[in-house]
Amino acid sequence: MADESASPVTRRAVLAGVASVTGFATLLVRRAEATPEMMRAAIHRLIGEQPVRKGKVTLDIPPLVENGNTIAMSVAVESPMTATNYVKAIHVFNEKNPQPDIISVHLGPRAGKAAFSTRIRLADSQNVVAIAEMSDGSLWSDTVEVIVTIAACLEYN
Amino acid sequence: MARTLINVPPKAKRGQTIEIKTLISHVMETGYRRNETGVAIPRDIINLFVCTYNGTEIFRADLHQAIAANPFITFFTVATESGTLEFRWTDDNGQVETASAKITVE
Repeated sequence: MADESASPVTRRAVLAGVASVTGFATLLVRRAEATPEMMRAAIHRLIGEQPVRKGKVTLDIPPLVENGNTIAMSVAVESPMTATNYVKAIHVFNEKNPQPDIISVHLGPRAGKAAFSTRIRLADSQNVVAIAEMSDGSLWSDTVEVIVTIAACLEYN
Repeated sequence: MARTLINVPPKAKRGQTIEIKTLISHVMETGYRRNETGVAIPRDIINLFVCTYNGTEIFRADLHQAIAANPFITFFTVATESGTLEFRWTDDNGQVETASAKITVE
């Protein structure tokens, strides 16, 4: 048998190569989805470091959806919606889509009712978070865990 | 650019909160899909929706790729005076689509 140390392709080099390729592949897969950290960063970017309390916000989204390409979602916030006490904005985030933002809506006292609805896409089963920004600067949130059986975004034509 | 569908009550009492429903046909291409030959399809989404009531902004939404194709948005406003509600959608290519609806407030 030939001297192993003289051979240009050593067992160690092969193992190191395999390890780095696997690592690279994992990195590529990860890159396509927002992680909870990315969601936190997105929340931080939009609303800063202030504390967010649970309550006042109702995020209405089915807990089990078959098709992630279109999911009815509505958000309602408890607020009198007067000139001095109203909801300024409502932001919705997700954990595992390629991008953590879903929608940000900006309202004022003229809305009369702090609520909206739309249809969203979810790439995977994950938590969806809605955060309401009040006129006094306080922040309130609601989180819903959604199970998706057919994911959006990842399918080919 | 696209077809729109707006639902605003034609008549309302002063001070009444009314619901507004809007729909626009748009692919909302995420930029993450590939075609049959493996080439990435460029991102093309509506990223901004604004509603004004007699010229005053009453609702604005920043949309992202997680909004489903043919964006459907409903929201509320207080009927303050007779006039026009204008709706404006802007997409990644800078194309703008507008629609408007009249309301009579008694």
